[in-house]
Amino acid sequence: MKITCEEASGICDKSQYKEAGWWEIFKLRLHLLYCKTCKKYSKKNTELSSLCDRAGLTVLTKEEKEKMKKDLEKNL
Amino acid sequence: MAKHQLHPENWVDQHADYLFNYAVGRVSDAEIAKDLVQETFMAGLNSSKNFKGDAAERTWLVSILKRKVIDHYRKINSKKGKAEVRMSYSSDTDAEGDWLEQQVADPFSKDGDNVMENEELGMAIQDCMSKLPEKQALVFKMKTIQDMSTEDVCNELGINPSNLWVMIHRARTALMGCLNENWF
Repeated sequence: MKITCEEASGICDKSQYKEAGWWEIFKLRLHLLYCKTCKKYSKKNTELSSLCDRAGLTVLTKEEKEKMKKDLEKNL
Repeated sequence: MAKHQLHPENWVDQHADYLFNYAVGRVSDAEIAKDLVQETFMAGLNSSKNFKGDAAERTWLVSILKRKVIDHYRKINSKKGKAEVRMSYSSDTDAEGDWLEQQVADPFSKDGDNVMENEELGMAIQDCMSKLPEKQALVFKMKTIQDMSTEDVCNELGINPSNLWVMIHRARTALMGCLNENWF
């Protein structure tokens, strides 16, 4: 049942992408009850996710970038 | 201080996403934004001899992009003819009898502030991401912004999931530190 801080932060990272299982989440929650360091990390990690959400970032796809590079190279 | 130099061969990798987000924030259309970024790179190449090295490469490119955005609005505006603001008493029958004054934007609305703040936030995140090692930034973007599955990212980059999570962890920790002062 008990997990290390390293495992806890790993689960926390995964849960930011909804890729942590319910059992992992349970173990994480338990860990957070007594570990202040991980609790702090977990809070900031969740905030980072919501900041990224709020910022509405977009990126160009790999293909779009390749095309841009090619066009640019022609003019170099 | 050392003079800045231009490295056009790295422009796409280093600045394309940043410029793209900047442009999307101003023209609200991904296709147009993409074209503007491309035009910016071309214009940058053509006028690279005018680059004095006073500003960082990115700042210089952003200043070109700003002109491109203005040009874009000039162009669409001239097509449509002169800008025209029409205001009817009320187009909405439900609101019949309401005063015209009630149709103007609510001066106490915080919407505008939010939009601006989010844009600033986006640029701050972009800045912080540029400071990450290239592969970390790439993995972080693929997972967080493009919402790709772990499996797809691993396949595309030829890494295994534990590699991926280590990079994600490092990237997230670095970003927390970088954004810390202003945003948390």
